[in-house]
Amino acid sequence: MVRSAAIQTLDLTCYYGQVQALKAVNLEISRSEIFGIIGPANSGKTTFLRALNRLNGLSPSYRQTGDILLDGRDLRGLDDSELRRKVGIIFALPQVLPISLFENIAYGPKVHGVKDKTRLQEIVETSLKKAHLWDEVKDRLHSPATRLSGGQQQRLCMARTLAVEPEVILYDEPCSGLDPISTAKVEDTMRQLKDTYTQILVTNNTKQAARVSERCGFFLMGEVVEVSDTVTMFTNPKEKRTDDYISGRFG
Amino acid sequence: MNAAKVRQKLAFGVLGIVTLAVIVPIVLTILYVITNGISAVSWEFVSQAPRNGMRAGGILPAIIGTVVLVIGTLLFSLPLGVLSAIYLVEYARDTWFTRLMKLSVVNLSGIPSIVYGLFGFTLFVVFLHLGTSILAGCLTLAIMSLPVIITATKEALEAVPASYREISLSLGATHWQTVRHCVLPYAIPGILTGTVLSLSRAAGETAPILFTVAAFYLPRLPRSVFDQVMALPYHLYVISTQVPNMPLAISFATGLVLIALVFLMNLVSIVLRAHFRKRQQW
Repeated sequence: MVRSAAIQTLDLTCYYGQVQALKAVNLEISRSEIFGIIGPANSGKTTFLRALNRLNGLSPSYRQTGDILLDGRDLRGLDDSELRRKVGIIFALPQVLPISLFENIAYGPKVHGVKDKTRLQEIVETSLKKAHLWDEVKDRLHSPATRLSGGQQQRLCMARTLAVEPEVILYDEPCSGLDPISTAKVEDTMRQLKDTYTQILVTNNTKQAARVSERCGFFLMGEVVEVSDTVTMFTNPKEKRTDDYISGRFG
Repeated sequence: MNAAKVRQKLAFGVLGIVTLAVIVPIVLTILYVITNGISAVSWEFVSQAPRNGMRAGGILPAIIGTVVLVIGTLLFSLPLGVLSAIYLVEYARDTWFTRLMKLSVVNLSGIPSIVYGLFGFTLFVVFLHLGTSILAGCLTLAIMSLPVIITATKEALEAVPASYREISLSLGATHWQTVRHCVLPYAIPGILTGTVLSLSRAAGETAPILFTVAAFYLPRLPRSVFDQVMALPYHLYVISTQVPNMPLAISFATGLVLIALVFLMNLVSIVLRAHFRKRQQW
């Protein structure tokens, strides 16, 4: 199957003040694949991820050169609101707002103009079902989201992102604060979403990348060292540096 | 007991004594005002105009005057203060100019109130031809209240976790939607506290209203915003210093009413805060 590129970066270079966080990154990520990004701390993984929905721009010292294409179109043609609706993100720690489960998920659709109550209810229900949380929480949609367990909160965040119907979902170390069972549930959910969404997973846990992703990129000090399909990367990497990192000799 | 524990006990002991030293004078002052003034407080006192050269009758015009001034001040200072704080925190870029603005706002709260009084007199009463009027008085008090409201709002907005903003923006909300739905609701309790604090000060100040609105003796209720009014703090000053043979109990009773009024305002803000906190769910 030939897949078209959902996201393509051309010489993407990022700076925070004088510090260069990414050096001319050229990557292609195909439609409806799970692309894993691994690498040690400060390798530019998160900067790359957050460049894709322009969240880096929130820090005043951030600058970027090069191009990012979404479905072949230059990202600069989209305003922040449109772009972030198409490219959603799941943060490292479960970030829920101190309001009810329902309101957390309805927040996105509401800011995009959905007012109808029954429509909102439908969105909340389908989003929770896609995130495999519906059965656990359907009786307490109006209780505080902060009372959920960490793993449930993270799946609530996934439901919240799904509620605005994105095309791409970015995951920024989504399981770093979760226990193994919750982690497995999040990973399951990612696999279920595979056909409908393009997913990019940044993770510190190389095993997680091996479990979930189809293709993988290894980042080191702001550069992409190697990109290949996940099996190849974990069994027969081309670069010695990749081999060293994966086998735990550094990082 | 080891040395660390002894030192801990000592530290807590000192902190406790200092706290007591702060609270005791406040409680004593209030008790003193109550014991000296309560005998003169009656229904007549709070419902009638002064008579007999202010030595008898009530203080209704001054109560109404102060209430009107506080409400008028709130109408001007709350929207102006909150909106400019939102601008400073959420929109203004960090340049030398905005830093200067922020610094001036903080410093403005340290300006003596009589200076605000003089400024209000020259600007509103004389230059803008508002005359000594409720309008001029409210505007002067509002300018005096602004720095506190802006500072409190600024701090309340900055205390909202950055993650809330990121969540909202990452879902495709615009900057304004984010401020409106994801930041402001969580800042309201802090804004309320600052507002009530500054209004309490406005209710009790004499200097800013001295040249701009306060009437020495005007035993009727105001008819328009261009009327003068009596106000509790100025009335208290007048009867304590300008009227011979003034029964002391009446002065203290006037003070007591002013304290009660401020207390009432704080009560309202506590109720409002509780209401807004209930809407957030932790």
